[in-house]
Amino acid sequence: MTKSINQQIAFWILRIMSSLVVLFLVLILGFIISKGIGVINWKFLTTMPEDGMTKGGIYPAIIGTFCLVGGSMLFAFPIGVMSGIFIHEYAPNGFFKRFVQLMTNNLAGVPSIVFGLFGMSLFVNKLHFGDSIIAGSLTLGLLVLPVVIRTTEEALKSVNDSFRLASYGLGASKLQTIWRVVLPIATPNIITGLILSIGRVSGETAPILFTVAAYYLPKLPTSMYDQVMALPYHLYVLSTSGTDIKASRDMAYGTALVLVAIVLIANLIANALRKFLSKKVKMN
Amino acid sequence: MKKILSYIFGRIITVLLYLSGSVTSIIVVLIVIFLFSEGSGLFGKKPTEEGFIMAVNKTNNVKHLDAEQIKLIFDGEITNWKKVGGRNDSIILFRMDNITDFFTEEQRENPDSVIKLLGENYERLPQCISRVVEANPGIIAFVGKKYIDKNFAGKELKIDKITISDFLFGKLWFPTAHPVAVFGALPLLLGTFWVSIFAILFALPLGLATAIYMAEVAHPTVRNILKPVIELLAGIPSVVYGFFGLVVVVPFIQNTFNLPVGETALAGSIILGIMALPTIITISEDAIRTTPRSMKEASLALGATHWQTIFKVILPYSSSGITAGAILGIGRAIGETMAVLMVTGNAAVIPHTLLEPVRTIPATIAAELGEASQGGLHYEALFTLGCILFIITMIVNLAVEIISSRNKRVAS
Repeated sequence: MTKSINQQIAFWILRIMSSLVVLFLVLILGFIISKGIGVINWKFLTTMPEDGMTKGGIYPAIIGTFCLVGGSMLFAFPIGVMSGIFIHEYAPNGFFKRFVQLMTNNLAGVPSIVFGLFGMSLFVNKLHFGDSIIAGSLTLGLLVLPVVIRTTEEALKSVNDSFRLASYGLGASKLQTIWRVVLPIATPNIITGLILSIGRVSGETAPILFTVAAYYLPKLPTSMYDQVMALPYHLYVLSTSGTDIKASRDMAYGTALVLVAIVLIANLIANALRKFLSKKVKMN
Repeated sequence: MKKILSYIFGRIITVLLYLSGSVTSIIVVLIVIFLFSEGSGLFGKKPTEEGFIMAVNKTNNVKHLDAEQIKLIFDGEITNWKKVGGRNDSIILFRMDNITDFFTEEQRENPDSVIKLLGENYERLPQCISRVVEANPGIIAFVGKKYIDKNFAGKELKIDKITISDFLFGKLWFPTAHPVAVFGALPLLLGTFWVSIFAILFALPLGLATAIYMAEVAHPTVRNILKPVIELLAGIPSVVYGFFGLVVVVPFIQNTFNLPVGETALAGSIILGIMALPTIITISEDAIRTTPRSMKEASLALGATHWQTIFKVILPYSSSGITAGAILGIGRAIGETMAVLMVTGNAAVIPHTLLEPVRTIPATIAAELGEASQGGLHYEALFTLGCILFIITMIVNLAVEIISSRNKRVAS
């Protein structure tokens, strides 16, 4: 009898603690959404900041973040996917493969501020890119590279070996098998990972602090050697070091909501895609 | 012909794949090279500005001082030479701008005699400094090298070069102080660990409970709700966590504990704890799931309840995976920058309670790198901090790797 009472108590404690985790998310999202929703309108999204960033919009920051996401994905996506293919399909089991995987894990664990330091010393100073979109994009690209590699690996792992064997059996080469059979099946999963990493890149602040982000720059970039404003850094500036922190609070709420919305949308799309795919696979 | 072309094409692709396969290794090596080459420049340098020296009276028996001592002397916290290993004599500070303090009252009152002493264009300044240093046995003078001529009546005091142990165990962090910059990273190291450890103390029970619940107890529907919740928690940008902390948690702590400022280690720990939750939950849940079904069933067949099975069989079995999750969570917390920067108050002092401001290594780098001139001491010191951070995360990753590989061996 006491045994089952103990179990009841233990399970209720587990339930309460798990709901605390949910509560945290609800609190944070609820707070940001309820405070920010009143600020967001078309004008907020499409005009320049005014009056020392206490009025106007966040247009240049949105465009800046857009450039950085695009740039970093252009860099990280092809290399990451190829690296994932290499690790899962090509590398012979052994020391080299384990070493590459270990290094990928290590890179994934490196703090974002260290990427910032590295990006500053390599791209900004050594390669003389200056504070520019290209320096920031490359730094962010390095940061998400392990994420892309891992999702590619996972996606390839989920492709059943019988597909590969069937393709080999028909006389196809390794490359043909990967290109014509494995990749088409794995692509949707890879894209899911890509969408999630877009969410990650658009929120990173520390790597862009010293490689691209501008405190206040009310114009759009014209080349990849320009500085830009970016949403996460803009939020940081508005909430800690703006010209008038109290007056720019509303702007900060709006910016935070836009950032959260990007992550939310990315997650929703990724989840929907995943669900859609698992249905499709079942049908086969 | 077509066959040859496609063969060549295949070769090229294969080479490209091999290249991109090793790209992460190359990046890690590059990070090591750049970080350490910029950061190691700090050691073996003098912490004073280029072109300035410390001079003392010839009779002074103190041979050398380190940066921390000089900082304390010029702050007026050390006022006697006895404290730094000299004789019992009070310290008299001398900077270029307070030279007139050493004139007699008449000399100071009379502009003509000031000019007579210093020279019209300060050309007699070296002799003047020399005289002042000679006249005051307890003096310590911070002067430019160009004002020291060969007849100088004092002697130059050696300033200790910055060493690794000074850097790691020094208690003062004043990277832009005058006349010497002091780089003691101990408050930053302790601040980082202080905030991270309390974050884990708070996140580990919560995360573990959620992981057990999701893996063993929850109905699949509930689990399908919890999973995206945790993904979202992991996806929210750190700067948004920082903003939330700044607007909600910080004022809450300030009001609850009646503090002058709410930016405290506690605020940092709470935010970091929430941020570390997804890592702990996902990895622990995976570990719990790897428990073989046969073990669970054996336990249940012996009459144990589900909870007893969880507590006595599943948790011990998956303990190494859970440890890996906790260590990785600590690693994330240590490296987190923006959220901590925004809520911990950034005072570089050694923390004693949770209710005072602290400053972590990543926050220091983020806050100070912008104002440090490239290649200067401060710049190099921040890169050295980056090296420390890098080494810590490498240790964390390797530990996790070792623990989880041992787990695999046990499982097989």
